[in-house]
Amino acid sequence: MFVQILFYAFSAILLAAALGVIASRNPVHSALSLVLAFFTSAALWLLIEVEFLAIVLVLVYVGAVMVLFLFVVMMLDVNIERVRGGFIRHAGLGLVVASLVAAQMIGVFWARNLGVDATLGAPPLPDDYSNTRALGEVLYTQYVYPFELAAVLLLVAIVAAITLTLRQRPGLKPQDVAKQVAVRREDRVRLVTGVDAAGTGPGADRDASPRGGEGA
Amino acid sequence: MITLQHMLTLSGLLFALSVAGIFLNRKNIILILMCIELMLLSVNFSFVSFSRFLGDLDGQVFVFFVLTVAAAEAAIGLAILVVLFRERGSINVEDLDTLKG
Repeated sequence: MFVQILFYAFSAILLAAALGVIASRNPVHSALSLVLAFFTSAALWLLIEVEFLAIVLVLVYVGAVMVLFLFVVMMLDVNIERVRGGFIRHAGLGLVVASLVAAQMIGVFWARNLGVDATLGAPPLPDDYSNTRALGEVLYTQYVYPFELAAVLLLVAIVAAITLTLRQRPGLKPQDVAKQVAVRREDRVRLVTGVDAAGTGPGADRDASPRGGEGA
Repeated sequence: MITLQHMLTLSGLLFALSVAGIFLNRKNIILILMCIELMLLSVNFSFVSFSRFLGDLDGQVFVFFVLTVAAAEAAIGLAILVVLFRERGSINVEDLDTLKG
C-alpha cells in the first residue's frame, strides 16, 4: 500500500515535470523541470528495485547531460519571445496527436492478450540479490563487445563535439607546437663577429644571416 | 502493488507529453532536444519495467546502451546548436532555410 502511494506521488510529480518541460516560457525553467523529471524517474526505478540504472540516470543525466543543457541555454543569448511564437496555434494539433499516441500506447498495454500477464507484480528477488552485480556479470561477459563499442562511440562524440565548437579567433597568438619543434638553428642563432678591417661589421652580418624564423 | 500496467501506462503518458512538446515548441531547437531526451527517458522506462517484471536482465543492459548513445547525442546536438547560434545568431527553426526546404 505504501509503495503504491509512493508510486502515484512520484508519477504525479513526473508528469507535472514533463508538463513543465513542454510548457515553460523560459528554456532555463524547462531544463530545470527536466532535471526534476530525471530525478523522479530515478526514484521510480529505485521503487521497482532497479538500483544501478537509477543511480546511473542521476549521475549521467542530471550530472552531465543536464548540466551541459543548462550551460548552453544560459550561454546562448536567445530571444525567447521570438522563438515562443506559434505556441497557441500548434496547441490543438499537438493535443490531438498526443492523445492519439497516448490512447494507442495505453490501449496496447491494457490489452490482456499480449502473451504476458501484465497485472502481476514484480517477481520477488532473493535477499542477497545485487542489481549492480547481476548487471555487471552480464555486461562484462555476454555484452562485452557492445560495451567496448559504446566506449568508442563516446570517444567519437567527444572528438566530434570539440571539433565542431573549436574556432580560431583572429588576433590571438596561440602556440604552434609544430613550428616550435621544426625550428632550426639558423632561425634563432646569429653569430656576431667583431668589426674587422674589411668593413663587414655586425651590420653587414645581420643582412646576410637568414632570419626567416621571426615572421613564422 | 505496482504492476507492469502501471509502469507502462506512465511511460506511455510520458511519451505522449513529449510528442506534444515537440509540436508545441517546434520553433525552439533547445526545447526540441529536451523533448527528445524526455522521449528517450520514457522508452528507457518501458525497457526497465519489462526487464524487471519479466525477470530478464537484458532490458537493463539495453537501457545502459541507450543512456550512452543519448549522452553522445546530447553532446553533439548541443555542439551543433552552439555552432549554429554562432553562425546565424538565432536558434529559430524557421531561420534555417538555407537549403530552401
